[in-house]
Amino acid sequence: MSPNRFQLYRRMALIREFELRAIRERRNGLIPGFIHACVGQEATAVGACTALRPDDVITSTHRGHGHLIAKGGDPRYMMAELAARGVGYCGGKGGSLHMADFNLGILGANGIVAGGIPMAVGAALAFQMRNEQRIALAFFGDGAVNEGAFHEAANLAGLWKLPVIFFCENNLYGEGTPQHRQAPLRDLAQRAASYGFPGVIIDGNDVMAVYEATTQAAERARAGEGPTFIEGKTYRYRGHYEGDPMVYRSQEELAAWKARDPIRRWRERLLASGDAQASELEIIDKEVQEQLDEAVAFAKASPPPPLEAALAGVYGHDHDGRIF
Amino acid sequence: MSRIITFSQAIREAMVEEMRRNPDVFLMGEDVGLFGGVFGVSAGMFDEFGPERVRDTPISETAIVGAGLGAALMGMRPIVEIMFADFVTVAMDQVVNQVAKARYMSGGKADAPLTIRLANGAPGAAASQHSQSPEAWFMNIPGLKIAIPATPRDAKGLLKTAIRGVDPVLFFEHKGLYNTLGEVPDEDYAIPFGQATYHCHGSAATVIALGGVLPTVMNAAAHLADAGIEIEVVDPRTLVPLDIETLVQSVKKTHRAVIVHEAHRRGGPGAEIAALLAEQALPYLDAPILRVATANVPIPYNPDLEHAILPDANDVISAVTNLISYRL
Repeated sequence: MSPNRFQLYRRMALIREFELRAIRERRNGLIPGFIHACVGQEATAVGACTALRPDDVITSTHRGHGHLIAKGGDPRYMMAELAARGVGYCGGKGGSLHMADFNLGILGANGIVAGGIPMAVGAALAFQMRNEQRIALAFFGDGAVNEGAFHEAANLAGLWKLPVIFFCENNLYGEGTPQHRQAPLRDLAQRAASYGFPGVIIDGNDVMAVYEATTQAAERARAGEGPTFIEGKTYRYRGHYEGDPMVYRSQEELAAWKARDPIRRWRERLLASGDAQASELEIIDKEVQEQLDEAVAFAKASPPPPLEAALAGVYGHDHDGRIF
Repeated sequence: MSRIITFSQAIREAMVEEMRRNPDVFLMGEDVGLFGGVFGVSAGMFDEFGPERVRDTPISETAIVGAGLGAALMGMRPIVEIMFADFVTVAMDQVVNQVAKARYMSGGKADAPLTIRLANGAPGAAASQHSQSPEAWFMNIPGLKIAIPATPRDAKGLLKTAIRGVDPVLFFEHKGLYNTLGEVPDEDYAIPFGQATYHCHGSAATVIALGGVLPTVMNAAAHLADAGIEIEVVDPRTLVPLDIETLVQSVKKTHRAVIVHEAHRRGGPGAEIAALLAEQALPYLDAPILRVATANVPIPYNPDLEHAILPDANDVISAVTNLISYRL
């Protein structure tokens, strides 16, 4: 089944605009905490999540806004969470690094680069044990494959043939250090071989390539054949975090990657193939602007959580009959 | 009606009964299946439930705990075993940053019914990396519940509560208790967290016993009783939540408190309990609050050295007699 081409465009545009608004609103003081923007990496998020079913689940990373939007997250509740408002996805207590929506199968962004990977493997274990046709997809960056959690989780998933996809967004930098100074490999997908499942390398700035690779991996997972490691080569235009001086990379490198911009490429492909008219895409662009205007206004108009919320939600109201 | 079984059997019965009752409950860990657990706790479960629900894992504590969390978030009720409590350090990010905070970070939305069983304690000439009692480390991490049972009855009842709950629980099983015997009810029962229990009553001093030291404390209580000194032995059973009310109540009666545990003295559970008693019961105390605990050194291999640094009955007896003779 081929994906809705306009939907791919809309989701990528929404992510791009969400990030640009978040960056602006952080400067304006609406957002108190730090954010790690995924501008430039929209195709990995959208291509991968579009290949999933609504009841499949994902784990995300510190650079997770795109994953959430791609999985159906509502920009209003996301912006409200960034603005630390009570109606935000986590009641204003998680922020950018911990946004989650369990109803949409978003098990959470994560402050620890490989921290969500074992969780995705555990979700896949639950699906396998219950004979469900669901799968889990763990997003992570090139930095995460050097943390132990990745290796332990990949080994377990390979051993048990769990329905999980390891999706590595290789943006060439782990924080402020280039990948070639962090791992003795050019292609991180090679790591999959040691855990007994395939590693696939794709152009992470080509949304259709991402969609197709993830669709194949998902079919394999649902068929009980086990995990796949997908390495999408991509690039972030912004720093590791907003305010990062970015002394570690050149303007030439940045310009070269901008020339391969995932949204522009998809737009040009739609126009060249005749699948879309420029006017149709302009309408989408305008709708995205309006949607983000609304999201920012929603965040601004929402009240902060009451102070007593700080002490709530540490434990559930369980059969102990005690809250403490 | 009741039966007499070992602490180890009590834990197994809790797991087996909950697994029969609820298909979402399963056990996973190193050597828990075919081997039956390195201490034999899960013996026979592999035969009854098969390799899917009594799952042998690679030696990967991070993956064991993290996968347990992921499965719990999907509605399963995993019991994961950390073979020696010392090995939980390998999974520390998962326990501290992921498991403990899953609910709070998501704005209270995530239920994470994950039970993490950990075998703690000395002695056994197992040296510094197979003998620790690390329960206090986790008292400083909001989001975790901590059970530290000392009898077969409590182990079974508290483990059932852990498995049936909606929050992550660290369940500490002292290795020295596994073969101890005790009475357990025949009928199904669960013991709520945050309710202390008395093992004997007295008015000379309150001795708060945590987990594996209970037999030592009861031995001391018997010797003290022979000398005409009746102590009150109180067991909080869970450290988080902690039933401070019952401890305060006992101290109001006895006016003296000793806390006994096998965790190291510095920053151990006794430090928190002593602080709470000082905050809530100081006017009732006739003497300082004392702690009997393991010395602040790694656990040594040599059995004589090991015994020398662990709390024993004589240490408890001395602490109590010192308190009784103490004059303000």
